[in-house]
Amino acid sequence: MLAQRSTSASGDAAAPRREGSPWTGLWAVVSKEMADYLSSTRMLILELITVLTAAGTVFTATAQLRETVGQDRFLFLRLFTTSQEPLPAFVGFLVFLVPIIAIALAFDAVNGEFNARTMSRLLAQPIYRDALLLGKFLASLFTLALVLTTIWLLIAGLGLLRLGVPPGGEETARLLWFLLLTVAYGGVWLALGILASILFRQPATAAMAALATWLFFTVFWGIIAGILAQILRPVRIGLPAELLAQAQLEQALSRLSPNVLYTEATVALLRPEVRSLSFVLPSQLQGAILGAPLPLGESIMLGWPHMVGLIAGTILLFALGYVLFQRQEIRA
Amino acid sequence: MDIVLEARGLTKRYGDFVAVNRLDLTIRRGEVFGLLGPNGAGKTTTILMLLGLTEPSAGSVQVLGLDPARSPLSVKARVGYLPDQVGFYDTLSARENLAYIARLNGYSRKEAGSRIEAALTRMGLEGVMDKAVSTFSRGMRQRLGLAEILMKHPELIIMDEPTLGLDPEAAREFLEIIRDLRSEGITIMLSSHLLHQVQAVCDRVGLFSKGNMVLEGPVDVLARQVLGGGYHITVEAEGDAGLEAALSRVEGVQRVQRAGPTRFVLEAIGDLRPAVARAVVEAGGQLFALASEAPNLEEIYARYFQKEATNARAA
Ligand SMILES: Nc1ncnc2c1ncn2[C@@H]1O[C@H](COP(=O)(O)OP(=O)(O)O)[C@@H](O)[C@H]1O
Ligand SMILES: [Mg+2]
Repeated sequence: MLAQRSTSASGDAAAPRREGSPWTGLWAVVSKEMADYLSSTRMLILELITVLTAAGTVFTATAQLRETVGQDRFLFLRLFTTSQEPLPAFVGFLVFLVPIIAIALAFDAVNGEFNARTMSRLLAQPIYRDALLLGKFLASLFTLALVLTTIWLLIAGLGLLRLGVPPGGEETARLLWFLLLTVAYGGVWLALGILASILFRQPATAAMAALATWLFFTVFWGIIAGILAQILRPVRIGLPAELLAQAQLEQALSRLSPNVLYTEATVALLRPEVRSLSFVLPSQLQGAILGAPLPLGESIMLGWPHMVGLIAGTILLFALGYVLFQRQEIRA
Repeated sequence: MDIVLEARGLTKRYGDFVAVNRLDLTIRRGEVFGLLGPNGAGKTTTILMLLGLTEPSAGSVQVLGLDPARSPLSVKARVGYLPDQVGFYDTLSARENLAYIARLNGYSRKEAGSRIEAALTRMGLEGVMDKAVSTFSRGMRQRLGLAEILMKHPELIIMDEPTLGLDPEAAREFLEIIRDLRSEGITIMLSSHLLHQVQAVCDRVGLFSKGNMVLEGPVDVLARQVLGGGYHITVEAEGDAGLEAALSRVEGVQRVQRAGPTRFVLEAIGDLRPAVARAVVEAGGQLFALASEAPNLEEIYARYFQKEATNARAA
């Protein structure tokens, strides 16, 4: 991901072998950026939104769940997945709330420095651009993780109060993995936000571009995947094999969307009874007891490719931003 | 002599456009060098290349004996750079802004604290250290920028248009600070398109035009080269008809102009006031006032391009 360095057009990245570590000053950047985030009004608003949705969904969920206390091994997980009309479940909220939080954190990361005319001052210090960009990304990632952890604790606390039972060991483990997954999902959108902040000098334009991408994956990509699958794997005669091929292609295409990856992996982690995320043929079900929950390790393995996909997407977007940022003229 | 900065054949092209063309430049320790020229001449581009902030298309740079492309960290740790239209984090205080830069430079907390206080005090900002920078005037921001640089105890300071946008009083103060720094032996390079402001503080200037450094040297040497002198001596004297002739006979006077009944303006190769005074007295005149004006960069610049244009037409 850093191979671009030696061929980059900008001077401070030009030498084939650079002096010192590319990460000199990284933690200075991270701590400054985090301090900025935590003291900003933006952060307050984001916290407020998430706390409200968390509280709202948990209250409606607990109202339903109280009846099943004692019967359900995974009662606590249901806190996150139980929906009640007209509200979606908390995970349903997260699918679109996390991208918005992430974009709101990142859309002015780089262009903000240019607009404040602080970029040339920063880059005149003994650090590389690498440290600045990674520092900004890590700070936003840590901030997001902090927000999410707060919400997790809040939900757990509320659930404890309203349901009167503590989460079990496996539930806690599943929720921790789910937290990690959510942070990884946020990482993609943070990287996208930072990329937009490199591409566009106007923060408003960057925010709009990132939000448009989000909207594309949230609303349109599912439709497009369906259409593409119909075109590429048409059902001519109506054979089951044809139908299956089309459905499989549609699913594969739809998984290019981080939203889909996240949703599927969430299902694997929070609904232990789910045994497969792809189309299940009757032959594959042999030996499997329907309804029997998967052990934690297998649930994780089920969602693992998705998690890796999210991380790979993050790295890809970040690397793209990195290359562009290295080549950027620093003159305001 | 100790060379602080050296550029050889430094060139920057943006596509077909040549922003800086084969620049050769040497700056010695303790010098104040002025990079002068109109907007778009290539001053900022030159500075960015010298700092390794943009890659030259051709040519080489040595700053403090190092190549900024190969040893960017060492160069940046030892060189202070004040960008044009310097900006700060408005919501942070002056102290917090500098604290971030100090951390980026790897100073310990204790060292940073004392360096920051010393630098801010030196720039007269000790009273507003903990005020948000958003309340600062343009002049205060400029001084904060300089405080940041001084905090690094740099061997070389490069300033891009440091007086741009300052009111005359603030600009004068700023130039005063530059003079102080010079007397401490810090090497300074500054760029400006305001020729007259800068000529007062620079030991040597380079005049830039369309990416080329067309003239380079101490102001009075350039004046002699281009204007054949460039000093203006104003004489207020009463005398008979022979006075004007006597003035024009003074060694080094190139032209005498009558600016009033008792007022003459001489163009001369240097500050010839003693010789002029003697000439007035010897011609039997009465001297009331005598003033000498050093050569004016703007005049040099204008005259140079006039000459260029005439030569071009002749050729
Ligand atoms: N990134 C760029 N792409 C194309 N042309 C540029 C770029 N940066 C600067 N220039 C051009 O290079 C010339 C020199 O610019 P600059 O060094 O900023 O001049 P100065 O600082 O003397 O006003 C200008 O004509 C400017 O338009
Ligand atoms: Mg400029």
